[in-house]
Amino acid sequence: MGENILGRVIPDDVLGNKPLFAGAFARSPQGRKASPPLKAVRPGENKVLASIKEAIKASGLKSGMTISFHHHLRNGDYVLNMVLQACAELGLKDLTVASSSIFPIHAPLVEHIKNGVVTGLDCNYALGPVAEAVTRGLLPRPMIMRTHGGRVRAIESGDLHIDVAFIAAPAADAYGNINGVDGPSACGSLGYAMADAQYADYVVAITDNLMPYPLHPISISQSLVDAVVVVDKIGDPKGIVSGSTRITRDPVGLTIANYAARVIEAAGLVKEGISFQTGAGGASLAVAAYLRKYMEERHVTGAFGMGGITGYFVELLEAGLLRTILDTQCFDLVAVKSLKRNPNHIEIDAGMYANPWNKGAVVNLLDTVILGATEIDTDFNVNVTTSSDGIIMGGSGGHSDTAAGSKLTIIVTTATRTRLPIVRDRVTTVTTPGETVDVVVTERGVCVNPRRQDLIEKLSQRRLPILAIEELKRQVEDLTGKPAPARTSDRVVALVEYRDGSIIDAVYQVE
Amino acid sequence: MRPTILRPAQAGSLESSDCLVTVSPGEPGSGVKVNIQSIVMNQFGDEIRATVEKAVAETNVTDILIDVNDRGAVDFVLRARVLTAIDRALGKEEGR
Repeated sequence: MGENILGRVIPDDVLGNKPLFAGAFARSPQGRKASPPLKAVRPGENKVLASIKEAIKASGLKSGMTISFHHHLRNGDYVLNMVLQACAELGLKDLTVASSSIFPIHAPLVEHIKNGVVTGLDCNYALGPVAEAVTRGLLPRPMIMRTHGGRVRAIESGDLHIDVAFIAAPAADAYGNINGVDGPSACGSLGYAMADAQYADYVVAITDNLMPYPLHPISISQSLVDAVVVVDKIGDPKGIVSGSTRITRDPVGLTIANYAARVIEAAGLVKEGISFQTGAGGASLAVAAYLRKYMEERHVTGAFGMGGITGYFVELLEAGLLRTILDTQCFDLVAVKSLKRNPNHIEIDAGMYANPWNKGAVVNLLDTVILGATEIDTDFNVNVTTSSDGIIMGGSGGHSDTAAGSKLTIIVTTATRTRLPIVRDRVTTVTTPGETVDVVVTERGVCVNPRRQDLIEKLSQRRLPILAIEELKRQVEDLTGKPAPARTSDRVVALVEYRDGSIIDAVYQVE
Repeated sequence: MRPTILRPAQAGSLESSDCLVTVSPGEPGSGVKVNIQSIVMNQFGDEIRATVEKAVAETNVTDILIDVNDRGAVDFVLRARVLTAIDRALGKEEGR
């Protein structure tokens, strides 16, 4: 049994030689990067293969190997299911699927796990039937759950070796240049696919939109791509991006957003060159709208907005309130079109975004990030991985990365979700450590992490409702009662890896 | 003689943080039967049952089936819905 500094106990048999979480910046890298094999493509050779099966055969994929996918097609992705179907038909077994995220549309994976085609999963976020089946103990080995930056770290350090990367390509040419902004399945940025393309032993582009050579713009270069396969459809546009993402009209959400913007102002961050990231969720995005008012009043221009990008950020860019958008993933069609149209809307890869072990990720330069939470404990540790029933229904994504990097990390959430209080004595799963979380904002007021005495001083000079997190917990429990903890067995079904590769928590099987 | 209800009645809704309570007459001598469905059953199942049973006991009504479809209501909401449903089943539309 190993116990990390957050008091989370990890059984030795699943921990293996992985380090225990010892603090957000406790580990430093050593050694050299992993590297893919040298290759040559000679004049006259053809990269276009007839089918996914042909590409699998050409790749040399064997049972026991690791295949990777990126999640920009989100809940509209057909590629992962098509490739796994082909693997099953070819009789491959014991594969590890490293997909940056797993969505409800990937339900067929459950059957592939039952049939032994897939025995390992590695992802940064999982939602839907696969996540639920994993929590109920279907997978023989624990699923590895990473952060967006941590996944790139794992690939570059060799912790996650990808044998074959399958890249869903909304546009590709016959020599393997790829972008995400053209075609019927356009998804915008391909930021999460880039490390896979650079480090996998073999890279397959799967497209439904073969364009004349040379494709432009180029997001992933021909020099990284071994094979191109054309299929009818790589995805369902309805599941890929929403038409437009709207700011909440819910008065509770707006109150929370207003408090959060006032916290940012009080912290002294509304100044020329401000940089920020918000989620696409209603209240989170509304913070940007309140922030905009401060920026306009003070004639302040933001250096960059980052994250999963929505139309609202495009509006800020086109109004001149943001100099740039740094984009790893587009959440709506407006963002996809902007990435194609606006030269200052910049596609960046997940490593540049968030990898803790490179020569500087953009998260380090964030002034503030607005994040959500399923549960928070009184040490400010945040769970966005499991529900209060213990079922996996999310994961860090960029949560831990941005929290660690930004000067001011703000969690916005209602104080209760139906009857469930957000603040707990102990969160079901720790995703993001409390040492990287500065403020929790709910409709009942603002809780500042006691580690941030400087912020407490600044905020106390403003007319903001401030309360201790223990007081928030007491108020809410008076209303809701104290929830029973999740009923889990002692079998680990997933390991939650912090961005530096250490184990911050484990997810246990739910019967 | 404890009061009994002669007709079914409902109170509440299936909105988030509310509950829909349906009461109906039970067989003579069947007592109070409570059936609960809740999205927070794992966290609050015991509390919800205790709250509902306590509210029914206050009315002294017996031979009644109480069906609670809970969407995360807190105790005072559960209690109000149960009492109102029983009032309606007893013909006290104005409530208390």
